[in-house]
Amino acid sequence: MWSYEKRLQFPVNIKEPNAKLAQVIISQFGGPDGELAASMRYLSQRYSVTDRRVAGLLTDIGTEELAHLEMVGAIVHQLTRNLSMEEIEKSGFDKYYVDHTLGVWPQAAGGVPFNACEFQVKGDVITDLVEDMAAEQKARSTYDNILRLIKDPDVCEPIKFLRQREIVHFQRFGEALRMTQDGLNSKNFYAFNPGFDMCESCK
Amino acid sequence: MNNREQLLKDIGIVDFTVVELALFLDTHSCDQSAMEYFNHYSRMNMQLKKEFSKTYYPLKLDFAESEHKWRWGDAPLPWEGVCG
Repeated sequence: MWSYEKRLQFPVNIKEPNAKLAQVIISQFGGPDGELAASMRYLSQRYSVTDRRVAGLLTDIGTEELAHLEMVGAIVHQLTRNLSMEEIEKSGFDKYYVDHTLGVWPQAAGGVPFNACEFQVKGDVITDLVEDMAAEQKARSTYDNILRLIKDPDVCEPIKFLRQREIVHFQRFGEALRMTQDGLNSKNFYAFNPGFDMCESCK
Repeated sequence: MNNREQLLKDIGIVDFTVVELALFLDTHSCDQSAMEYFNHYSRMNMQLKKEFSKTYYPLKLDFAESEHKWRWGDAPLPWEGVCG
């Protein structure tokens, strides 16, 4: 169950359109390390996590990622609204425009459509949490790369906010991994998948 | 910045505090001072959203009670760039 709030998690008010920049930032909407992949990854992984505290963290971070998806969508929308035909042609936005006009569609900067293969649900909590930590770092690197391309402070501020969240989420997932391992046999964490192996002697 | 923009900005700050504390408490479930902060800001968060929704436009469906016109449908959309 979810409920919606009609506001962004962090304000996005971009005055100057910039179609070139929009084509790069759209990668954090539907690209390999983007916010759509992040939210779907955590919200899908929850079911095989037996520790309620860890499943709860995946829910809360997955929910925040949906708010980030909306922020990135707002950035792409505001960077491309009211574009003239001349700007569309000059900025190289024409290849996107021909299929989507000025709509926001989940794709990577290189034009590759969003795909569930951007993330994994392994059904093993250690495997999944290690992927989640890597995912937060990959997203942080992507935001670093984006920040090197931005000069407009209206775009910079929300991107900096999103970058910081990747660092906090990384920290929280690291703690969730430690909580998980604390409940397992410290001689061999990998001998047992709490989401699958039911036998008492395996614990 | 007008009153509406200021109040929405305050809500953004308070709500962020609540989100951040919730994630922290998810992995530190016995931290008393974090819980006190959470209780305090969570109450303030609800109060501010209620006040904003009554005065300007409903932020949540829970605060969208309407009489002559459906207020929820009339509210500006977040990606329009109204939030200050």
